[in-house]
Amino acid sequence: MKPKTHIGLEVHVELKTKSKMFCSCSAQYFGEEPNTHTCPVCLGLPGALPYPNKQAIEWCVKIGLTLNCNIALKSKFDRKNYFYPDLPKGYQISQYDQPFCEKGSIKLSDGKVIGITRVHMEEDTGKLIHETVNNEKVSLIDFNRSSVPLVEIVTEPDFENATQVKEYLQKLQQIVRYLEVSDADMEKGMMRLEPNISISLDGSGKLPNYKVEVKNINSFSFVEKAINYELERQLKELKSGKTPVQETRGWDEKKQQTVSQRIKEEANDYRYFPEPDIPPITWTEEEIEEIRESLPELPDEKIERFIKEYSLPKYDADVLTREKPLADYYEEAINVGRKLSLTPKQIANHLINKKIDIDSVLPAKLVEEISAASKTENINPEELKKVIKQVLMENPQIEADFKKGKENVLQFAIGKVMYIIRKKIDVNVLREFILEELK
Amino acid sequence: MNSIKAVKEKLLKKEISAKELTKSYLDRINKYNKDLNIYLTISEKEALEAAERADKLLSEGQDLPLLGLPIALKDLYSTKGIQTTASSKVLEGYIPPFDATAVEKLKNAGAIILGKLNCDAWAHGSSGENSDYGPARNPWNKEYTPGGSSSGSAAAVTADLAVATTGTDTGGSIRLPASFTNTVGLKPTYGRVSRYGIIAMASSLDSIGHFTKTVEDSAIMLNVTAGKDNKDATTPDVPVPDYTKKINENIKGLKIGVPKEYFIEGLDLEIRKAVEDAINFYKSQGVEIVDISLPHTEYAIETYYIIQPAEVSSNLARYDGIRFGNPRKDFGDEAKRRIMLGTFTLSVGYYDAYYKKAMKVRTLIKQDFDKAFEKVDAIIAPVSPNMPWKLGERIDDPLKMYLADVFAAAVNLSGIPGLSVPCGFSNGLPIGMQILGPQFSEELLFRLGHHYEINHDFYKKEPEL
Repeated sequence: MKPKTHIGLEVHVELKTKSKMFCSCSAQYFGEEPNTHTCPVCLGLPGALPYPNKQAIEWCVKIGLTLNCNIALKSKFDRKNYFYPDLPKGYQISQYDQPFCEKGSIKLSDGKVIGITRVHMEEDTGKLIHETVNNEKVSLIDFNRSSVPLVEIVTEPDFENATQVKEYLQKLQQIVRYLEVSDADMEKGMMRLEPNISISLDGSGKLPNYKVEVKNINSFSFVEKAINYELERQLKELKSGKTPVQETRGWDEKKQQTVSQRIKEEANDYRYFPEPDIPPITWTEEEIEEIRESLPELPDEKIERFIKEYSLPKYDADVLTREKPLADYYEEAINVGRKLSLTPKQIANHLINKKIDIDSVLPAKLVEEISAASKTENINPEELKKVIKQVLMENPQIEADFKKGKENVLQFAIGKVMYIIRKKIDVNVLREFILEELK
Repeated sequence: MNSIKAVKEKLLKKEISAKELTKSYLDRINKYNKDLNIYLTISEKEALEAAERADKLLSEGQDLPLLGLPIALKDLYSTKGIQTTASSKVLEGYIPPFDATAVEKLKNAGAIILGKLNCDAWAHGSSGENSDYGPARNPWNKEYTPGGSSSGSAAAVTADLAVATTGTDTGGSIRLPASFTNTVGLKPTYGRVSRYGIIAMASSLDSIGHFTKTVEDSAIMLNVTAGKDNKDATTPDVPVPDYTKKINENIKGLKIGVPKEYFIEGLDLEIRKAVEDAINFYKSQGVEIVDISLPHTEYAIETYYIIQPAEVSSNLARYDGIRFGNPRKDFGDEAKRRIMLGTFTLSVGYYDAYYKKAMKVRTLIKQDFDKAFEKVDAIIAPVSPNMPWKLGERIDDPLKMYLADVFAAAVNLSGIPGLSVPCGFSNGLPIGMQILGPQFSEELLFRLGHHYEINHDFYKKEPEL
């Protein structure tokens, strides 16, 4: 039997709300002077209380809706109790048994459906910085990140390989960017991934009695490498009759391998209990519907629409929708381009092939450029047909190759015709004429 | 007698300036505090500055509800620039960079803060003896406890070392000391007064209240402190009436329930008599007295001692020795006891059996009151089954200490308000009764309490210091 791999993912996404999750401090901490974005609440001073950020909760629900989750009409926050110097209250406000969103799914390009276990809201911790000050090793704490809103998205162990994981992560990143709820910049720690990986040798599909979590992964390509490394390592162990140790490992980019960090003997006891400082959160069906209606068009829908509405090939639609600003730019260019009789495909070609910097060239300007470049001289169709016939006659291999399915021979034919005519004509039109002759 | 009302009149009539008044209070504090151990911090400089500001406003003809009135705060209330310790060595030296919302409101109403008051450390206790700074003493008899945990707050009012004081009531910590000191203690509805900036004991139970000499004063204080706070998500947007407005309205025709579970064997006979006399008084005033039952009362203290330590164990986690200067070993025995109890009951495998079950019983206890208030407007019961005890008498028996709150805890579990009103003396020590009502019924409690008070005048009795 073929061994079956089980990969699940926990992804943390930092929301880009103006203020933090439970206080009015600015949540935009990146690159700021340490401990300048703090107040009694995010410092956990005696008596300070959390006040939940409504926008963050709505955004969490948006992510859940996008991932086809059920949204709980009644949910609550819980305290996750543990000690760590970067956790000023001695507990993290998170969600335990009643998350905002549950039981969703997402479909990958190979048709595989990945189950979304839950999408919940929590707060980020402070950051420890280990330094040497005056020859003394010290640990410093920066609380700027403390209580920045975090959404945790947990999947079922449905992934079968690293490629699927990578596609899922790209999709997820694209979704939160489309929703404009997070920049999901991996390098800035705005998106953090923790795959858990295990293999069942008997191929029964049952989850084995161990799993390995990999942490400290800060790019999509590292996650791919880490998973592939782990699968190989675990398979080797299993084949030699051993069960891999249940543990947390980290990805070491220098050594190109995962290394053991912490062996988990049993699950941590976080002594969860309902957060008494925050009343339960309730929604009505109508409120959820309102949020659903406010969702922007998402990448998959946009791709489909671009293909249909603008007659684009799938590849073009994929590229143009990868980032929302480019998709928006493209559609604006189409609007302007109509006046100049430019087709959506012409604009798409230009945008994709010329790698236009959309931040520096306005759509109207771009359209003008395309229009100028494609100004073609009129040519008598009869004359054109004559030249094409001549070229095909002189180069019989064109027709032969084309019939064998070698479409790039068309490019050769176009070149030959252009050479004879010596006029700037629309290549697309010429291509159509040649195809006509070849039929 | 220096009630808020009386002192305010003197200030407005310019019989005394705020500065003179403040000085006279500071003098009294300096004179008696050594003996009574009521104040942990005396903020003399800040108080005199505030008094000067008050005098200026008074001279301009300004009128604020508490303008020029010297008050003091339980040391659980964060005060910007003034040490706040919760009576624990763990927080010794901690100076908050911010004021609790209630403190801010009191200051904005013109009150002058004389200092910070002794209490059981972290508000854990019923006698004040768990303070790391020694117990406050009962001004009626210094051998006795003033009750706790707001021991200093109650003692300060009865000894007239402040016109009024603030407290917190998690399981009786305002009502019990009020009943032990001949003062009026209000435990408002949960969420009526913001908890922001007040060091948390058990967050789902902590009620922010105060001690005054009269019921009317209590209403004046609540007028200032009550209301929704955008820093405390558990303060609902319920309108704040002028609590003094209906205080004189007739009480004839109201229905008061007397719960049989609060008049049980073990209730001190003198206390029983005093409370029954009060009930008879109400009857004579045309109030209908109804026998009621609150069947789950007997589980209240057990339920309370599951939920409260669970929350305590989490709330005290931040004092991890990293940021507040003092190590965890500075925690006293009672705090350690509650941290261990709470950590245990929240642990995997025990959570369902203890915490979850306790939350279910809590619902039942709350339903008892809901049902009762369908039949009656208010409930009267003793605050404590026992008279004040001698300092040291219960300190080695935590269970006995916990039982002092046997009549108080159910009120916190239900979130309803309770007003402790003096109703007698026995052997020179005070007795109090509690008037309970549905959530946000403080107006009615004041009305009932005021009516009793003006017909009995216990507030006119003052201890000899």
